[in-house]
Amino acid sequence: MTFIATPQIMNFTEPLMLRSGEKLDSYHLAYETYGALNSLKNNAVLICHALNASHHVAGVYEDSESQSSSVGWWDTMIGPGKPVDTDEFFVIGINNLGSCFGSTGPMHLNPKTQRAWGSQFPVVTVEDWVEAQKRLVSALGIEKLCAVMGGSLGGMQALSWTLQYPDKVMHSIVIASAPNLNAENIAFNEVARRAIVNDPDFHGGNFYEYNVIPRRGLKIARMIGHITYLSDDVMNAKFGRELKNEKIKYSTQEVEFQIESYLRYQGEKFSEYFDANTYLLITRALDYFDPAKDYKNNLSLAFKALQASFLVISFKTDWRFSPSRSREIVQALIDNKRAVTYAEIDAPHGHDAFLLEDYRYLSVVRAYFKEIEKKINAKEQNNE
Amino acid sequence: MNKQAFIACIADLVPFGSRVLDLGCGDGELLSYLQQSKGCSGYGVEIDDQNVLECVKRGVQVIQLNLDQGLTMFEDASFDVVLQIDTLQNLRNAETMLVETVRVGELGIVAFPNFAHWPNRLSILQGRMPVTKRLPYQWYDTPNIRVGTFSDFEVLAQKNDIEILDSFGVKDAQTVRTFPNFLAPTAVFKIQR
Repeated sequence: MTFIATPQIMNFTEPLMLRSGEKLDSYHLAYETYGALNSLKNNAVLICHALNASHHVAGVYEDSESQSSSVGWWDTMIGPGKPVDTDEFFVIGINNLGSCFGSTGPMHLNPKTQRAWGSQFPVVTVEDWVEAQKRLVSALGIEKLCAVMGGSLGGMQALSWTLQYPDKVMHSIVIASAPNLNAENIAFNEVARRAIVNDPDFHGGNFYEYNVIPRRGLKIARMIGHITYLSDDVMNAKFGRELKNEKIKYSTQEVEFQIESYLRYQGEKFSEYFDANTYLLITRALDYFDPAKDYKNNLSLAFKALQASFLVISFKTDWRFSPSRSREIVQALIDNKRAVTYAEIDAPHGHDAFLLEDYRYLSVVRAYFKEIEKKINAKEQNNE
Repeated sequence: MNKQAFIACIADLVPFGSRVLDLGCGDGELLSYLQQSKGCSGYGVEIDDQNVLECVKRGVQVIQLNLDQGLTMFEDASFDVVLQIDTLQNLRNAETMLVETVRVGELGIVAFPNFAHWPNRLSILQGRMPVTKRLPYQWYDTPNIRVGTFSDFEVLAQKNDIEILDSFGVKDAQTVRTFPNFLAPTAVFKIQR
């Protein structure tokens, strides 16, 4: 069962100080909410998005050409009767600053110059995003989140919330994530960024003024990314060495194998809706995230003040955000005697598994939220 | 074996308010009992997906790990009690895990099926591997890859300088302190480093 989602915009005029030292004088955030806030306002769940997603987490848009194409990116997880049940919880999806899906980003006008921000858009970090999210959550009248949840880069935000606002989050659900990126992971991001920046249509990030899009760069960036989100097994099962045509053409440039065709298609699709500057900004936010950095690289020390309970989930075939990285988070939580449950799901789909339907994965999340629901209901009864 | 009564029997060994690590915690029933009846806190460690889910449903904190990969995630003496209830016999590196148990816990409590229980001996004498209520598996499909006795454990503990604080057998949820190696289907050891 699904439902109609309605995107909204909230404007902010109080300047936002960024980690880089720069500030955004004014900005707006796109968001959606599902379900209803209860009278105690203690059933709010914030969903944080990863690289190429948005505030449109669940449901469909009413006015969309085809409703099936407008399904929210985590509709398997969130909705009425779903693992995160919108009949019980008030769920908020927020689009992050710098994105290209509605919140203030590099394609919008810089009020100071009256030109598109382009490459001048300030570099934003996970911590900056959390700061902006906090303002929106407060503006919705929510003092304390019952849960904050995300996968991949979204998981980093869910973790960062508990460090930046230890007493404002009850539960943090961190899925297919990591306490920071390792060198290999930064390397993949860098190749993607170079592909974009070296595209002649990029124009130093100011391509909007030239009415062009650095499609070639975006395509390659997406192709690389896509490879790292899948597992070797899944790719082999799906494509193997299957040829596009009946016979080999002995061509170095034409598509020979199905996997090539698939990657080109994914790249093509991506380049039609994603912004090049956004890609640079978001991959940089990934690179910079490192909460242990100020604590002699000791994650346990970094977690000292943290109060939330955690559900950490990883996927065995995910090599971009491998289980061992999730176990680092779990270990630091155990060192601090924090409440944590950790599930390592034996799904074949690599990093992408966090967005897919897997019974074991969804059941654990469902059971975890049922427990949260019990706690909320107990509080409500005490209040009556 | 009456599960509830056995759980109560093990719980008697756990001091009130202990911080507990339950290795191979199964569906989390024991930890849940310890939380509710003895004010304990802590985590279970479990490898099986279905058991992990059952733990979450009970509100028991569980860490999904393969115990055969060790306990490197846990610091020395970071728990008051480490439980290994019916786990030892399924582990490839049973000896290492025993040492790990007393490293991570101030106190270790280990329970496992005693293969020297007299019906098992009788079965072997008759030339067949035992299949009993306590050991319901055929030899070719048993998960019990470490087949040991009450007395064997004493030898292993001594070899690793592990002190046995108390030991007894359990039969029908009753403690057996006379000839436990002969009379009890389950061996229980309270140990420390």
